[in-house]
Amino acid sequence: MIKLIALVPLFPLIGFLINGFFGKKMSKGMSGSIASISVLASFVVSVLAFIELQHAANKSIVFELFSWISSDTLKIPFEFLYDPLSSLFLLIITGIGFLIHIYSIGYMHEDEGFSRFFTYLNLFVFFMLLLVMGNNYLIMFVGWEGVGLCSYLLIGFWFKNTAYNNAARKAFVMNRIGDLGFLLGILLIFVTYGSISYGNVFSKAGIGSPEVVTSIALLLFVGACGKSAQLPLYTWLPDAMAGPTPVSALIHAATMVTAGIYMIVRSNVFYSISDVASETVAIVGVLTALFAATIGLLQNDIKKILAYSTVSQLGLMFLGLGVGAYSSSVFHVTTHAFFKALLFLGAGSVIHAMGGEQDVRKMGGLKGKIKITYITMLIGTIAISGIPPFSGFFSKDEILAHVYEHSKVLWFLGMITSMLTAFYMFRMLFLTFFGNFRGTHEQEHHLHESPSSMTVPLMVLAALSVLGGLLGLPEFWHQTNWIGDYLDPIIAHKNPSILNHDTEWMLMGLATLSAVTVIYFAHAMFITNKVLPAASEDKLKPWQKVIYNKYYVDEFYDMVIRKPLDLISTLFYKFIDLQVVDGIVNGVGSTVKGLGSAVRLLQTGNIGFYVVSMVMGIVLILLFTFII
Amino acid sequence: MLNGISINYYILLSTVLFIIGAVGVMARRNSIIIFMCIELMLNAVNLLLVAFSTLHNDASGQVFVFFVMAVAAAEVAVGLAILSMIYRNIKTIDTDLLSNLKN
Repeated sequence: MIKLIALVPLFPLIGFLINGFFGKKMSKGMSGSIASISVLASFVVSVLAFIELQHAANKSIVFELFSWISSDTLKIPFEFLYDPLSSLFLLIITGIGFLIHIYSIGYMHEDEGFSRFFTYLNLFVFFMLLLVMGNNYLIMFVGWEGVGLCSYLLIGFWFKNTAYNNAARKAFVMNRIGDLGFLLGILLIFVTYGSISYGNVFSKAGIGSPEVVTSIALLLFVGACGKSAQLPLYTWLPDAMAGPTPVSALIHAATMVTAGIYMIVRSNVFYSISDVASETVAIVGVLTALFAATIGLLQNDIKKILAYSTVSQLGLMFLGLGVGAYSSSVFHVTTHAFFKALLFLGAGSVIHAMGGEQDVRKMGGLKGKIKITYITMLIGTIAISGIPPFSGFFSKDEILAHVYEHSKVLWFLGMITSMLTAFYMFRMLFLTFFGNFRGTHEQEHHLHESPSSMTVPLMVLAALSVLGGLLGLPEFWHQTNWIGDYLDPIIAHKNPSILNHDTEWMLMGLATLSAVTVIYFAHAMFITNKVLPAASEDKLKPWQKVIYNKYYVDEFYDMVIRKPLDLISTLFYKFIDLQVVDGIVNGVGSTVKGLGSAVRLLQTGNIGFYVVSMVMGIVLILLFTFII
Repeated sequence: MLNGISINYYILLSTVLFIIGAVGVMARRNSIIIFMCIELMLNAVNLLLVAFSTLHNDASGQVFVFFVMAVAAAEVAVGLAILSMIYRNIKTIDTDLLSNLKN
């Protein structure tokens, strides 16, 4: 099946074309089935290829499909690379993608843009697969831009709402800033190494001077910051929740936002050479994690809470990358994809039950009404909070153990982040499912469990969230950490753990204990004392207000970047455009017009006059020719 | 010398005829008169061609004159047809009144 790996991106592309051209003429069931089946087919191929790769002697297989760009010294073949890293991402993308496609059939059932939705979704899966399968940075870039486009289209899916369109534009612009960094990084790689194929570049990564390698690593990281919503470019992700919930689950939690992680793991050789770049990644990661986690504490929109949680978790993954724990970060990407997709889909199910309501202040007591959603979301929440033996515990613990080795300060900040995570996640859970119902009577009457097309994916993801930790059991428990060993060939400089087992036990115990304490605290606050979030902003204390308003970062950007830009644009418009440019253009026009109306008078329409002019002309010509 | 008359007289005569024709074309407003003046100019040229043909003992000038006459005949046929159509439409053949293009 490895030979047929090119089929994996092909199936969603076919699905996209069919839905794009004929979607409107097909029934909803047909349209949804085609989209889902195309992704399922990719998933099957990915699984078979994955199994085959376990026994393959050569773990890094390149397929050249055709020569793509060939110009002088620049030769870029269109190649796919199938190795442990891409095989893992293929499984995540197609597997979770398939579940979310199924879920969407139920969730989007009433929507008029049903086939359009699946068209975009298929296109997204195609570009995401291209991103992780390319064997050079340019193919990755094509996928990178493609998923950005699909993200834009899907955030603004309900395009009649101006706020949603603005959110889509914001996401696009923020991503462009990151993309510019990525593009410059690729150009610098080409200039330095004369190639952009992974194999060629990584094998001679050392020949670049340290400054150049650091620049490359930092530029790539700028790209990752944009796509994976890190400080200072993270603001688009919470707004991206304007899109339909399955989109939030697939694109803005499980797959696209982890593209930055993938890119850095792929380019890990640069980061292992450059300490400055690694250190930057770690610090930006931990700050983002902490920053987003604090914002998450006071949000009231169920999807916004999850969005900040995603930003925070991504920060944690970057922290792991920064300290050289590449395989641990990929492990966390995997488990995070399971439980965050689960939480988003669960939130979608809650919103579905509540008839579109997203404010946790108006929910409460849903536990008995929507049992499957409750149980699955409980599992997701425990998993993200880091309670053993759920999957989130193992991946987070592995990252934190590596961080502890590297720097105690970063570890401490990481621990605080994970405590905050446990708190706000259980706050969301308690407010949504416990206590009394706080919505309207109509909503209470409307409450119902979602159809099975939505609950089955929830159950599958819940199972994965429970068992996902088995992929990377700590070494001293299980002799081998499967995911670590599996990814070993693609990591340039190994960073084996030197912690002794007692320290590891201590860290694990500490993490578990703190999570349990925080959950107990949340329980006391939201269940025993029935604390409810303030109904309006005015009742918040000043510090709460700052957090509630997301530290006014959007307003800050508005003031520092947007307003001056607006001002400059207005000035340019008023003076350069209206006066200089328009003056030149209109000047040329009116000159020609004036000349024309003057010359027009020569055309009298009088035949005698024409004849006289003609004869005079001939006489003059003869005079000039023969006499002068 | 042609039949005892100097070539200069032929040239002078045809020039005078040509100028009379040209002035007629320029000065007159009646289309028929303009037509006749054009014929006059053509015949002035024909005269010159025949004169020089005889002077040089070369028949090609006379051949050329036949062509000019043939073309002139064709031109008269077309021109008169146009004129009669103009007259039918606007009841005049005064060229000063034929200035619709001006507006």
